[in-house]
Amino acid sequence: MVKVRLWGSLASAIGDQTEVEIEAGTLRELLDGLAERYPALRPQLDRGVSVAIDGIMYNDSWFTPIKEDSEVVLLARLEGG
Amino acid sequence: MALDSKQDTNKRDFKIVGTRPPRPDGIDKVTGRARYGADMSAPGMLVGLVLRSPHAHARIKSIDTSRAEALTGVHAVVTRADFGDVEDGATADTLDNCMAGAKALYDGHAVAAVAATSDAVAKQALKLIEVEYEPLPHVTDVDEAMAPGAPVLHEGRTNETVPQGMSANVISRCQFGHGDIEAGLAKADRVLERTYRTEATHQGYIEPHACLASMGSDGQADLWCCTQGHYMVRNTCAAILGLEQGKLRVTASEIGGGFGGKTTVFLEPVALMLSKKAGRPVKMVMTRSEVLRATGPTASSSIDVRIGMTKDGRITAGFAELRYQGGAYPGSPVDMGAMSAFAPYDLENVRTIGWDVVTNRPRQAAYRAPGAPIAAFAVESAIDELAKGFGLDPLEVRLKNAAREGTRASYGPTYRAIGLEATLRTAKDHPHWTAPLGPNQGRGVACGFWFNFGGDTCVSLNITPDGTVTLTEGNPDIGGSRASMSMMAAEELGIPYDKVRTVIADTGSLGQNEVTDGSRVTFAVGLATIEAARAAKREMCRRAAKVWGIDEDAVVWEDGAAKPSGPNAGEFPPMKLEEIAAIASNTGGPIAGHFEVNAEGAGVSFATHMVDTEVDPETGAVKVLRYTVFQDAGKAVHPDYVEGQFQGGAAQGIGWALNEEYVYGEDGTLQNPGFLDYRIPVASDLPMIDTVILEIPNPGHPYGVRGVGETSIVPPLAAVANSVSDASGVRLADLPLSPPKVLAAIRSR
Repeated sequence: MVKVRLWGSLASAIGDQTEVEIEAGTLRELLDGLAERYPALRPQLDRGVSVAIDGIMYNDSWFTPIKEDSEVVLLARLEGG
Repeated sequence: MALDSKQDTNKRDFKIVGTRPPRPDGIDKVTGRARYGADMSAPGMLVGLVLRSPHAHARIKSIDTSRAEALTGVHAVVTRADFGDVEDGATADTLDNCMAGAKALYDGHAVAAVAATSDAVAKQALKLIEVEYEPLPHVTDVDEAMAPGAPVLHEGRTNETVPQGMSANVISRCQFGHGDIEAGLAKADRVLERTYRTEATHQGYIEPHACLASMGSDGQADLWCCTQGHYMVRNTCAAILGLEQGKLRVTASEIGGGFGGKTTVFLEPVALMLSKKAGRPVKMVMTRSEVLRATGPTASSSIDVRIGMTKDGRITAGFAELRYQGGAYPGSPVDMGAMSAFAPYDLENVRTIGWDVVTNRPRQAAYRAPGAPIAAFAVESAIDELAKGFGLDPLEVRLKNAAREGTRASYGPTYRAIGLEATLRTAKDHPHWTAPLGPNQGRGVACGFWFNFGGDTCVSLNITPDGTVTLTEGNPDIGGSRASMSMMAAEELGIPYDKVRTVIADTGSLGQNEVTDGSRVTFAVGLATIEAARAAKREMCRRAAKVWGIDEDAVVWEDGAAKPSGPNAGEFPPMKLEEIAAIASNTGGPIAGHFEVNAEGAGVSFATHMVDTEVDPETGAVKVLRYTVFQDAGKAVHPDYVEGQFQGGAAQGIGWALNEEYVYGEDGTLQNPGFLDYRIPVASDLPMIDTVILEIPNPGHPYGVRGVGETSIVPPLAAVANSVSDASGVRLADLPLSPPKVLAAIRSR
């Protein structure tokens, strides 16, 4: 199981849970697992998120491996100029 | 084969990276040979012009184009009726922004366009288009737009994050942070509460938007345009026009500045539709007035801040509520602002709340570190005021609270190696910090943060028969990327810089490339360039091994040549790149390396800025006397360009702080759509901006590169405001710090 930290707006959507646990070995499994287990997160997941894994930002790379002891933080989708 | 590819950026002895060779686009740009968006032409080309709404908010009851269409020389007129429906919400908004549908949502919103044989005929045709408007109440201020009863732009766009009962102009809410704000504030010796406001500013690129579109009757189309991302242009235009992406080839022109403002489309879909209807190429070029009225400035904002600090300078809690209006469509960068507001600091208790709001203004576009300078202005002003109130050194206060490796960032993750502390210590040791100040002069400092990112990237590196190298990449060069890519390729191949030429390919020549934004190109395209060069080296070692009749694992690449290596490799003289290239046809055919990646691992970046100003107590005018930027670049590939990015960000930030603002009249129309009244800093307004490059390698890049293009605009708003406060003895919380505001503050002191 991977512990996932959620930002405040997402936490509010699932009863103020700031951290949830998901069975996931990759980024795709993580996002699919979150959407399946917490349907209230789906609108934001559909709009797009970035994920910080051990301090590194990822946007779309589905097969990025996640270790059980990785620090995983869901973030608003990053944009630049 | 064995390669010298294991990189240790702390130990690597770079030969080309870190030097300052001549820029490859320099001669073209100073001689006028460089071709910008408006420089393209085609046989039979028509001139396209846009009719724009004179109203801030109006229902479009009807548009009669018949008289314009009947005018001799007019070949096509388009309105929204010519475009089909677009499913994707953001793309649908982009279409609506390019050509209004049911309503005109801001002064300058496009409502129709014509293509004619000349500019004069096109202008005459615009006058013949009859639009019947029903003017509606408008709102351009973010706080007024959030108020109950405010004129509503759209119904049904509010998402699930917004509590019931708010204005329909409030699109979304976001929240970040950790800890207990109230408990943290209770530990403070002083809690400062302030409200700050910033005005919208435009990216101010010198080159207006321009494009040339040509769509054939076979459904294939070509588009030449000035953009930060021609793949984005292709994909967006294809979606809007119902084209297959492969049928539309987009070529990026040379670009006269973008700064985020050219990361979307404005004219391009309209030009394509005009060309489709006319059956001839159509060229469109915006005027400066159109650029200011109808292309994206950044957001304006109001921000409430509460920060608690102990008398020895420790921040016990930080809270900010940020309200950003992003113009007529959802998507202000308030989430970026909320994430970055307290990012430089190691805080036990921190929370930010952001509200995305729509108003009757042009749709905002990204502007260098979107959202972050606005948030930094508020937080860094408050920290400065608290530090000064306790009589503390503002740099020491920032050092005491600085985020370091292992700090849990205010937006969630734990930092890896970062350079904020290094920028602060370097600033403190710099002669600028202790230089004497005269009467009415002051000094300010501020810190800033930006995320940086990577994204889809393709590179092809081709070895020509004479041994020179052509590197093909897909990102418009807005900050020196052709030079830095050539340098990284040369470094990796072990050949001189002038043996590599980097070109920007059209969308038919490479796979998908993310826009030139997010400070991504030197990081992501550089990474791909290095990997493409390594692929080419592997192939060249393999060819040498074949010639020598030895195992390819017994060949290494050193100093631009293949060499036998190992006990059983045999004795052969090194085979240089040009020698291998000359016999490529005989050894297996042309040699190339390519690399395609979604580059992740961009490292975050921090900066500290220091500025001296002098305030004229008689007029309120502010003069910038001295400015120094301290920023972590990871590894500066071409230091001239890195310094240029630092200086450019500071210059734009100074303009944002002191002069630039969108001024709206009572009728909601923009009052200053020109550079005479919308005043960006010019060279005579600024001192030479000094720079100090720090190099804390990014572990996610083979050479340690971090993006540098955006962080430099984050601190200056606050640094200038803190300096003006130090000089004048009054603290202003509303930008810009224009002379009338400063004078009024001094007089009311």
